[in-house]
Amino acid sequence: VQVNPWALAAVACVVVVLFTIGNRSARPVSTTQDFLRARRTVRSRRNAAAVSGEYLSAASFLGVAGVVLTDGADALWYPIGFTAGYLVLTLFVVAPLRRSGAYTLPDFAEARLDSHRLRTLATWCVVLVGLIYLVPQLQGAGIALGMILPTPMWVGAVVVAALVGFNVFAGGMRAVTVVQAFQYWLKLVTVAVPAFVLCGVFLTSGAGGGEDGPLGKPAPPVFHESTTVRVDTPVTLTVVEPTGLRAAGTVDGAPAHGAVYWSPSVSHEVAAGTTLWFAEDTQVPVVESSEVRDSDWLTPGDDGLGATLRTYSLLIALCLGTMGLPHVLVRFYTNPDGRAARRTTVHVLLLLGLFYLFPTLLGALSRMYVPELLLTGESDAAVLALPTAVLPGVGGQLLAAVTAAGAFAAFLATSGGILTSVAGVVSTDLLSGRARDFRMAASLVGAAALGLAIALRPAGLSVTVAMAFALAASTFSPLLLLGVWWRRLTWQGAMAGMVVGAVLVLVALVVNVGYNLAGTSAPWYTLQPALFTVPAASLVVIVGSLLSRDGVPEGTSKLMLRMHAPDVFGLGQERTNHQPDTAGQDQPQEEVERLRRGRHRKPTREGS
Amino acid sequence: MTEEEEHAGEPTRRPDPTLGRGFSSRPQLPPVRPDGRAAHRRRAEKDEQTREPPAPARTRVVLADPKQRPSSMRPRVELEQTSTWGAGMVEDLARRQLRAALGVAAIVAVPFGALPLLYFLAPTFAAMQVFGVPLAWLLLGVLPFPVLFGAGMYYSRIADYKENEFANTLNGP
Repeated sequence: VQVNPWALAAVACVVVVLFTIGNRSARPVSTTQDFLRARRTVRSRRNAAAVSGEYLSAASFLGVAGVVLTDGADALWYPIGFTAGYLVLTLFVVAPLRRSGAYTLPDFAEARLDSHRLRTLATWCVVLVGLIYLVPQLQGAGIALGMILPTPMWVGAVVVAALVGFNVFAGGMRAVTVVQAFQYWLKLVTVAVPAFVLCGVFLTSGAGGGEDGPLGKPAPPVFHESTTVRVDTPVTLTVVEPTGLRAAGTVDGAPAHGAVYWSPSVSHEVAAGTTLWFAEDTQVPVVESSEVRDSDWLTPGDDGLGATLRTYSLLIALCLGTMGLPHVLVRFYTNPDGRAARRTTVHVLLLLGLFYLFPTLLGALSRMYVPELLLTGESDAAVLALPTAVLPGVGGQLLAAVTAAGAFAAFLATSGGILTSVAGVVSTDLLSGRARDFRMAASLVGAAALGLAIALRPAGLSVTVAMAFALAASTFSPLLLLGVWWRRLTWQGAMAGMVVGAVLVLVALVVNVGYNLAGTSAPWYTLQPALFTVPAASLVVIVGSLLSRDGVPEGTSKLMLRMHAPDVFGLGQERTNHQPDTAGQDQPQEEVERLRRGRHRKPTREGS
Repeated sequence: MTEEEEHAGEPTRRPDPTLGRGFSSRPQLPPVRPDGRAAHRRRAEKDEQTREPPAPARTRVVLADPKQRPSSMRPRVELEQTSTWGAGMVEDLARRQLRAALGVAAIVAVPFGALPLLYFLAPTFAAMQVFGVPLAWLLLGVLPFPVLFGAGMYYSRIADYKENEFANTLNGP
C-alpha cells in the first residue's frame, strides 16, 4: 500500500468540516422546549436528506461495491433491500408512528402496550442492534485507513471510534439536521464523481462492449500486469486451472518460499502476512464462497436453492429491519406531523435510489480493474482501490481522495447517529438519564463495539450489517406492524415474540462467528436467518397476544384513534410542553411540570 | 382558501397551541380579498357607503393558505371523546388505508419477489441480454429504484386523498 497524501488531506478536511458545521450550526439546544421549537422548522425534503445522510453507512458506501465485486448479480439485492425498507416504512409505519408521539422504539413499546418490562427489553434489543451495526462500521474504517496509510486493521477502527466518541462527548454530533443533510450530498457527490470519471475512462479506453464483453467469459478475471499481493487476513482460495505463482510466508499450513503450484481440485489456505507474486495474465485465485467465473458472476440465481432462499431471507431482513434501526425512527420526530413524515420517507426513496446506482457501477468496474481484492478477502476496499488502479498518477490519487473522504463521512455519520441514539436510550431507560449517564453509556457501547470489531474477523460489511437488520426485523417489526394495525396486541405476546426473535438471531450469529473463526463458510441460514426468525417471532407475538386477552391495555382504542386520525384533527399525541400560560388551564399542574422537565416516562413505575 | 373566508365571520376561538406554526404569536388580522376589499361583508358595505379607501397597511391577503388548520372544532372534539361513532369512522379509515398499503406493497413485491425464483428456475432468462447489457443487471440494478419511489409517491397520494376525504366528511359540506 502506498501512502496517498491527497486522501489523507481529504479525510482530515471532511473530519474538520463536519465538526465545524456541527458545532457552529447547533444552536444551544438544552431543553425540550428548544428541541420542540427547532422541530417545527424542518421541512420534509431537508429531513429526507438528513435521514438518508445518517442511513448511508459504510455498508452502503463500501460494502455494496464489495459484495458486487465478489457475488455479482446476486449482490444487487442488497441495495434493493436497503431502499425497499423505506417503502415498508411509508406504507405501514411512519405516519401512525409519528402521530403516536413516540420518540424511540422503547417509547413506542411502552406507549402502546403500557408495560415497563417490555420497555426494558426493547432497550436491550436496541443496544444489541446498535452494537451489531457499529461493528462493521468500525471494521470498514480499518479497511479504509489501511488503503491510504500502511496501518493494521485495528488502527482505523480505533481512530474512527475515538473521533466519534470525542464528537459525542463534545456535543458536536447532536442530531443536527443540517449536518446530516450535508452528509448525504457529500456522500452522493463522492461516489457519483468517481463513478462518472471512471466509467468515462473505461468506455473511452475501448475495453468494454462486444457480445461477450470483458466480464462475459466463463473464466476468472486475470491480472493485467504482474502483481504483488500481500495477504493481511487468512484466506481460503480456489483456482479454476493449474496456477503457478511465487509465495513468501505460510501456504497450506507449511512455510513457503519461492515457486508454488496450485491445483484446481483442492482449496488453498494462505496465512496472514504472506506475500504472493503473480505473473501477467495469470488467472486470479478467488476467495472461497464468492463467484469464481466471470460468467457466473454476471448471471443471477445460479448458486442453487440455498442461495435463492438466502436472497429471500436477505430481502425480508432488509425490508422489515429498517423500521427497527435505532437511528432511523428518531429522525422522523423532526417532522411536524404524520403526513410530513410520510412525505419524508417518499423523498428518502428518491435519494437512496439515486445513490445506490453508483456503488453498483463501481463494484462492477472493480471486477475488471482490481481483481486482486478477490484474493485478499478485502473486497470491501474496492471503491477506494479502484481510482488509482484505473487512472495511474495524480488523477487517480485525487479521485481516491474523494472516495476516501466520502467513506469517512459515512463512518462518522452512521456511527455517530447510532452511538448517540443507543446511548440516549440506555441512559434514560437503564440509567437515571443525566448527562453523565449519557456519556457513560456512550463510552460503554463504543468500547464494546470497538472490542468486537477488533476481535472478530471481518466477513463483508454488507453481510454483517444485514445481520443487524435481521435482528431488528425479528424483534421490532412484529411490535411495530402489529402495534400500529392490530388492537389485540398485548405486552405478554410482544415480549415473548421479541425474546424468541432475538434469541434465534443471536444463536445464528454465534454459530456464524464460530464458523468464521474456524475459517470455513457457514450455511446460508446462519448467515441470514430472517426467513425463519421473522415468521417465528411474529407467530409467537400473535399467539401470545391471543392467549393473554386481558393484557390489552386500557387506552388502546384512544391511542389507535390518535395514530390513525388524520393530522388536521390535531389528535396526534405530542410530547409537547405548551407554554405554561396557555397549557396550564386545561392540564393538571403536575402534568405540566412533568412535561416541562422533558421527561416522557411515567413518574411511577407501576406500568407492568 | 375558501374555508378561511367562510369561517372568518365566526367569533374568534382560542386556538390550539399545538397546531400551526407560531399560531398564537402571529397577529390575527382580518382577511382581505386580492382586490383590496375586506372579506367581511359588513365592513365592505360600510366602505362603499363612506367611500373611504381601505387602509393599505396591516392587512393579511388571503389567496391560499398552505397551513391546514381545523376549520371546525366540533368533529375534533367528538373524535377525541372516543364516541363509538368517531372511533368507528377512524377505524374504518385505518382499514381502508391498510388495504391501500397492502395493495401497493403487493404491486411491488409480487413481480420483484418472483425474480429470485425465476432466475433459479430459468437460467436462460437469467443470462438474457439487451443491447449487449445483461437484462438481469438492468432489472436489479436500475429498475427497482424508480419503481420503489413511484410506489411510495402513489401511496402517499392515496393516503393524503383518503385523509382529506375523511376530514371533509366530518367537517360537513
